[in-house]
Amino acid sequence: MGTQKTAAFDYGVLDEILARHRAQPEAIIAILQETQEHYRYLPSEIFAYLAERMRISEAQIYSVATFYENFSLTPKGHYIIKVCDGTACHVRKSIPILERLYSELGLSAKKPTSDDLAFTVETVSCLGACGLAPVITVNDKVYPAMTPEKTSELLITLREEMQNAQD
Amino acid sequence: MINQEYMMVDGIPVPLEGEKNLLEVIRKAGIKLPTFCYHSELSIYGACRMCMVENEWGGLDAACSAQPRAGASIKTNTQRLRRYRKNILELLLANHCRDCTTCQNNNNCKLQALADRFGIEGVRFPNTADQPKLDTSSRAITRDSNKCILCGDCVRMCNEVQQVGAIDFAHRGSNMTISCAFDRPIAESNCVGCGQCAAVCPTGAIVVKNDVHKVWADLDDPNAKVTVQIAPAVRVALGRAFNLGEGENAMGKIVAALRRMGFDEVFDTSTGADLTVLEESNELLNRLATNPDMPLFTSCCPAWVRYCEQNHPELLPHVSSCKSPMQMFGAIIKAQYSTSERRQVHVAVMPCTAKKEEAARPEFAPGGHPDVDHVITTQELIHMIRESGLVFEELEAEAVDAPFAASTGAGVIFGVTGGVTEAVLRRLAGNKSPSALRAIAFEGVRGMEGVKETRILYGDRQLRIAIVSGLGNAAALIERIKAGEHYDFVEVMACPGGCVSGAGQPYVPQEQKAQRGKGLYAADLQSCLKRSEENPLMMSLYSGLLKGRVKELLHVHYAANHTAQGEE
Ligand code: SF4
Ligand code: SF4
Ligand code: FES
Repeated sequence: MGTQKTAAFDYGVLDEILARHRAQPEAIIAILQETQEHYRYLPSEIFAYLAERMRISEAQIYSVATFYENFSLTPKGHYIIKVCDGTACHVRKSIPILERLYSELGLSAKKPTSDDLAFTVETVSCLGACGLAPVITVNDKVYPAMTPEKTSELLITLREEMQNAQD
Repeated sequence: MINQEYMMVDGIPVPLEGEKNLLEVIRKAGIKLPTFCYHSELSIYGACRMCMVENEWGGLDAACSAQPRAGASIKTNTQRLRRYRKNILELLLANHCRDCTTCQNNNNCKLQALADRFGIEGVRFPNTADQPKLDTSSRAITRDSNKCILCGDCVRMCNEVQQVGAIDFAHRGSNMTISCAFDRPIAESNCVGCGQCAAVCPTGAIVVKNDVHKVWADLDDPNAKVTVQIAPAVRVALGRAFNLGEGENAMGKIVAALRRMGFDEVFDTSTGADLTVLEESNELLNRLATNPDMPLFTSCCPAWVRYCEQNHPELLPHVSSCKSPMQMFGAIIKAQYSTSERRQVHVAVMPCTAKKEEAARPEFAPGGHPDVDHVITTQELIHMIRESGLVFEELEAEAVDAPFAASTGAGVIFGVTGGVTEAVLRRLAGNKSPSALRAIAFEGVRGMEGVKETRILYGDRQLRIAIVSGLGNAAALIERIKAGEHYDFVEVMACPGGCVSGAGQPYVPQEQKAQRGKGLYAADLQSCLKRSEENPLMMSLYSGLLKGRVKELLHVHYAANHTAQGEE
C-alpha cells in the first residue's frame, strides 16, 4: 500500500517499539500498549503504519484496539484517575467519589476526558488493594481510603501541580 | 477393511474415514445439521452453536469443533436439541431486521431458511433491531450491519482465504460489529471487491451490489441500442436456479432469454477471451526475450489487479498490459457500433462483483464514456429472468449474434482456474495435433486446487508456470518469487477455483463448484475450434477494426510507470 505516513507525525517512536518486538504480529498487544504508554492513547496515524510494518491489516489492529477497554482511541488527560469499583470499594462507597469527580470536572461515563486534556476519569473493576478501600489511583499512584471530600482536595492539589509545571 | 472404526449417529453406525470433525461424519450419515459459522474452506470458529449434538453422557458438543471418536454415540435430533436450536434462532431474530420480503437475499438466506425449518412461529423477545444501516459505498457489495449475526464467516474469508483483511470484528459484547478500521465506509478500505465475503454471508448483511434497475431502464429506452456479453462461467452456474443441473451449460437458453428481454445484440465473452489469449501469448514471448527474470502475471481478474496495485505496486510492470476479456470485448463492441444512431449501451453478465468496479475504472472510459456501462452478475440475471416471467426451462437454445459469433474452446475455459494458462499453452504449443492439445490438459493445469504448477518446453526452453486462485495463495507465491524463485508465467484469479466460484454466482458449497468447471471443459470438448488463433473472427478483426488500434482497444496502463508490452 506504499508507505502510509502522515507528514507531521513522528514515526521514530513506533520504529523503536517495533524493533523491540521485531514487528511480530503476535506482539500486537504489547506493541499497542507501549505505543499507548508513549502517546497516552492510540493516535489514528499509527494504524496504517503499524499495519504495513507488521503485515497485518488496519482492520485487524482496530479490532484488537477496540476489544480491550484499556486501549483508548481518543487522547487521555494529563492525569488519569482510576476509581476502583470492585466489590470491596463499591460497598465502601466508591460511587460518591466517582460522582464527585464527574461533577467537579464536568465529565461522565460517555465523556471521560476534560476538554483541556487535564483529566481522564475511568472506573476499574478491582485494583487488588481491597484492604485500602475505597481506592483511587492517579497516573498509577495509589490514594487509599478516599472520601468525596478528600477527592476534592486532591483535585485542587493536582491542578496546582500542573500549573506549577507549566510556569 | 479389518480395522474400520465406527461411531453411532442416531443409532446408525457410520464408518470414520479421517473426517476432520464430527459435523462431517454426521453429514456423511445423510443428516443436514444446521450451521451458520462452519465453512469447510475456513477455520473453525464455533460461535453460532447451531450444530450442537448430544453425546452419550447427555452433554452437548458443537459438532463443527468436536473430534470424531471411534465408538462414540451421538444424537442429533432430541427434544432438548430442538429446543436449543429454536432458542438460538429466536435470539438471533430478536435483534435482526425481519423485513424478509424486501430483503435482497429473500429466499436466499440461511437464517430465514433455518427459522422456517425449525418452525419458529414467534419471537418471545422484544425486537431490538435498529433501522437498516447501509454501507453503499462500494460498487461491488452492499453491507447492512443490522442483518449481521456475527458468525464471522466474512471476516475469516477476507482474512484467511483472501488475506486482504478489509473487515474484522470491532468493539465487544453487545456493541460488537463487523467493520473496517475506524468504521470507515468499505470503499475507503483496502477491499478489492472480490465479494467472497458476500458469498459466504448466511444472511443479507453483505450482498452483491444490485444494478438491475439500470439495465431495465436502458432496455426500456427506445433511443438506446443495448448489447450484452455473457462470461463463460455464467452459463454453467445459472441453470440450477431453473431446475437444470449444477454445471449444466445453459448458454443457448441464456441467449434466448436476453433477446426476449429486449437486448438488441447478444455476444459471448469467450470471443473477448480469444483476443486476450493472442495478445497475452505475444506479450509472454516478447517478455521471454526482453525481461526473462520476472514472470508475466495475468490481468484478467480485476480483484487481483486491485490487490496488486495496493499491496505490490512494484510488481505492476510485470502484470500483463492486456485488458481483461470483458474490457477488450467492450471496447471492440463500442468501436464497432460507434456510428450507431442510437445511444450505445453495453452490458456485461459476469460471475464477478469486482467486474463492477473494473468497468467503472477511468482507464476503461475513454472520453468519460465507459466501454462497459453496466455489469450484472449471474445472480442479478436470474432475478431479471424471473421478473420478466420467462419460463427459462422451456426456452429454445439460440446462438449469439454476428459479427462476433465465433469463439473457441480456449476462450470458454477462461472461466475456471487454469483455463487462461491452458489457452495460452495451446497457442504456444509447437505440436498442434489434437492429441498434443489434449495432453496439455493433463499437465497439471486442471483441477480446483488453489496452487498448481506446470512446466512446458518452448523451443529449447523449459517454461515454469504457476496457477493460483484465492488471493492468499497469490500472496504466498509472491513471497516465494520475491525470495528468488523463478517462474515465467503466473495466472492469478482472486476467487478460489476461478471465475466459476465468483461471488456473483449463486452460492454453492465448495464441493459443487467443481461441477461448473467440468461444464466448461465439456463446452470446450464440443467446440470445433480449440485454439484462439483458429478463430476466423480474429483474422478479420486484426486486419479490420483493430488495425492501428491494438494498443488503444486491447491494452491498458495500470500505473504511470507501467509500460505496455506485447505490442506489435
Ligand atoms: S469483497 Fe473481498 S476484499 Fe472486500 S471485504 Fe469482502 S472478502 Fe474482503
Ligand atoms: S456480515 Fe454476514 S458473514 Fe459477516 S458476521 Fe455478519 S452475518 Fe456473518
Ligand atoms: S457451525 Fe458449529 S458452532 Fe457454528
